[in-house]
Amino acid sequence: MHTGASRAVEIHRARKADLPTIIAVDERVTRLPKTDYWRDLFDRFSEREQGRAIFVAEIDGNVVGFAIGEVRAWEFGSPPCGWIFALGVEPEFRERGIGSLLFDALTSFFRSCGVGTVRTMLRREDHLIMSFFRSQGLMAGPFIELEKDISE
Amino acid sequence: MRLQKATRFALYAVMELASSSEHYVSAAEVATKYGISLNHLAKVLRTLGRSGLVEASRGVGGGYRFVANAKRTTLLQIIQLFENIDPITAGEREPGDSTEAGLMLKRVLEEIEDTARATLSSISLDTMIKMTRRQAEHRTKGTDRRQPATLAR
Repeated sequence: MHTGASRAVEIHRARKADLPTIIAVDERVTRLPKTDYWRDLFDRFSEREQGRAIFVAEIDGNVVGFAIGEVRAWEFGSPPCGWIFALGVEPEFRERGIGSLLFDALTSFFRSCGVGTVRTMLRREDHLIMSFFRSQGLMAGPFIELEKDISE
Repeated sequence: MRLQKATRFALYAVMELASSSEHYVSAAEVATKYGISLNHLAKVLRTLGRSGLVEASRGVGGGYRFVANAKRTTLLQIIQLFENIDPITAGEREPGDSTEAGLMLKRVLEEIEDTARATLSSISLDTMIKMTRRQAEHRTKGTDRRQPATLAR
């Protein structure tokens, strides 16, 4: 149990019952509903799967944030590395260190899996989340993302 | 990317002042620590004062103090007080700009500039100070994996 500025914040692995709230928090944060994506992801990220984890932050029994990550190896020639796919905190609960607690939970999990690097990918214009990851000490890594519009 | 002298002095000054925002720091202390001209630094501090980032106090125990929010002040905001790093599209038109090669060159340069701006706008003063402290701890312990070239010699 971690103590926030005013109310206690509990960080734990996500349970099936947390899924609807995770979906709702993500929708409020990103303004995009992705119910099918989350249901599929949750099935694949169950606790039985090694190297994958979803953590949630709870205050007074309510989920107010989540973080999801996975250890991936040798894709794009990268040695094993912990990827953070998503991290979100309800807007009204921000600036209380909840994002940092979720980040710490994921990095501890990655360390327990034997990896020493954490990585994520962000939109350049997403200043808020980019500033958050910068505040956690993330810097540009050795890879660069390239893309091309292949629509007709 | 190379920043102008005044810009670098400003970044050093605000980092120094924001690290100890509860008390005033003299310009001479900052100038000595970074080995920079006191006259040049004084001009830079005046600009920072006009922008509302620092305030000055005269007399014994006086100096400069950071008065803005270090978590909300980005490196880009400070840099833009001293030099223009607007996108290349905002600059004057040059010969060849409208040719196919000129347009393609502009896209490549914009890619570099976009990345630079995204980097500078994502790092707050508070984060920069924390990263600097972490780097100092790693260097003390000898665990820094990204030593500057001048230190690695």
